[in-house]
Amino acid sequence: MTSRIRFGDAAFQTLNYLFFAIFTFLCLFPFYYLFINTISSNDLSARGLVTWYPKEIHFDNYMQVLKLKGLSQAALVSLGRTVIGTIACVIGSAFLGFIFTKRKMWGRTFWYRFMMVTMYFNAGIIPWYVIMMKLHMTNNFLAYILPAIVSPFYVILVKTFVESLPEVLQESAEMDGAGTMTVFGRIVLPLIMPIAATIAIFAAVGQWNSFIDTVFLMTDQKYYTLQFVLYKYLNESNSIASIIRSSGGAANVDLSKMQTATSIRTTVSMIVVIPILFVYPFFQRYFVKGIMIGAVKG
Amino acid sequence: MKPAVRTDSLLARGGRGIPDRYRLFLYALPFLVLVFLFSYLPLYGWIYALYNYRPGYTLSNSPFVGLHWFRSIFANPTQTQEVLRVMRNTLAMSSLGILTSVLPVAFAVLLSEIRTMWFKKTVQILTTLPNFISWVLVYSIAFMMFNVDNGLINKIMIDLGLQDRGINYLATDSHTWLAMILWSTWKGLGWGAIMYIAAITSIDQELYDAAKVDGAGRFRMMWHITLPGIMPTFFVLLLLSIANFINNGMEQYFVFQNAINKDHIEVLDLYVYNTGMLGANFSFATAVSMLKSLVSIALLFFANRMSKWVRGESII
Repeated sequence: MTSRIRFGDAAFQTLNYLFFAIFTFLCLFPFYYLFINTISSNDLSARGLVTWYPKEIHFDNYMQVLKLKGLSQAALVSLGRTVIGTIACVIGSAFLGFIFTKRKMWGRTFWYRFMMVTMYFNAGIIPWYVIMMKLHMTNNFLAYILPAIVSPFYVILVKTFVESLPEVLQESAEMDGAGTMTVFGRIVLPLIMPIAATIAIFAAVGQWNSFIDTVFLMTDQKYYTLQFVLYKYLNESNSIASIIRSSGGAANVDLSKMQTATSIRTTVSMIVVIPILFVYPFFQRYFVKGIMIGAVKG
Repeated sequence: MKPAVRTDSLLARGGRGIPDRYRLFLYALPFLVLVFLFSYLPLYGWIYALYNYRPGYTLSNSPFVGLHWFRSIFANPTQTQEVLRVMRNTLAMSSLGILTSVLPVAFAVLLSEIRTMWFKKTVQILTTLPNFISWVLVYSIAFMMFNVDNGLINKIMIDLGLQDRGINYLATDSHTWLAMILWSTWKGLGWGAIMYIAAITSIDQELYDAAKVDGAGRFRMMWHITLPGIMPTFFVLLLLSIANFINNGMEQYFVFQNAINKDHIEVLDLYVYNTGMLGANFSFATAVSMLKSLVSIALLFFANRMSKWVRGESII
């Protein structure tokens, strides 16, 4: 009897480890595969001959791809919206979350609901697009920033966090004559740093990955983001062909270093994913914390 | 500390006379205006559903058609069929999404059975990674793996002799729903499990010890202690996904769509985009998205009612 249980146990454990090993491999391998294709001979990668390890390693692709027309501009736009959008979002949600903890605020419950409802309800994408157009948010960098300042979810995170702080801290400062802004800047802000960091990291990833807003709102190449450019490269083999032609005469170029559709796709993908790969392991605990606090009052 | 000089802001100084309650409201006002502009003002755009609007014209130049577009959804057979097809896809994807929402639970329960700490940590970190890449990148990966010319899967299949030539896995309409749900599982499984993993860690260890004394084995403990311990979390998340039942977004379907799989991949939002933005049929698309918004409000109220009834607490 006991030996049968032990056997079942061991079998279960083995299968369990095996399952997680396989799934983890499936999650990791695509990134590895992308990477080895960017540093291998472009001729081989185009023919699909780079499978498990890099062949004829070179790092030229990264330099060459950044020289492509429009790509460095797109990188700049992506970087810009990530930095500015994140700062604006953190300040916005921190301040609004703080204000919403003030029971004295006029119509607090109403305004809080007013904001919360937008998490679940929206007018639909076409009416939204029409209004964005009317607000001159098409082909306008601000369209990446302004709508991102207030995110109900982050406001809830801050509000919950501030409410968990001892009230005495704010009260005593107010007793000493500090106004709302002073209390926010001097007392609350330093204390909510952990949650602000969590929001920052979420917002930054969100901005970096954002894609559909460019599809709707931007027709001018100046405002294309890396994600959007990558999408275009994935879909328009014609545009890739023309890029390759314009990226330098193919006449006397080493075949293993000449750009191909595959090398451009993989390298741009890698450029898009590298920031995430680098940021993620260090901030993983912030991500986890964010979702945990959100869950309490989700 | 130096007392009683409020130097904090213009608003506070200039508005000395304003009672605190309004002053606090004024602080929040700029942000509430943003919410109004970007989330409420679009409701005004619903008016386009009542006109025959063409981009480039103004609303006053467009003929008023009343409920024509709403009627045409039900009266015009081709449009009825289109909308039904899109509804079918939407409901299929959402239902599959809800069915697969038990996978993160299983993932968390199984992972909690793993005792090798470094292994557990590594699994957790690496499996949550795909959640943080964009759908465009997922598509890029899909392209690298499955495209017909030099895709890895085709390569392997041909090498193994299972295929004699490349198959274009991305441009096919067979198993579109399955493919979509597999991609979203790949992307979201590890991350979805995180909350359950935390819920499991917070289960009282004494329960397990007591069960062990009573002779319970691993599986009985999973069934009688671990699962009930994470049920409340599961329930909340389930309600949230019901509230969002027809809001399955469009990014994933947008990047994966092509001329061949369109029949099965077009969900509501994507359909609205395709007819409105690409087909320039603004008014009809607006009518469809209005109906969608109304259904999603109804679902939200339903989920909220359920939550109040079962947990005694609302979700909004």
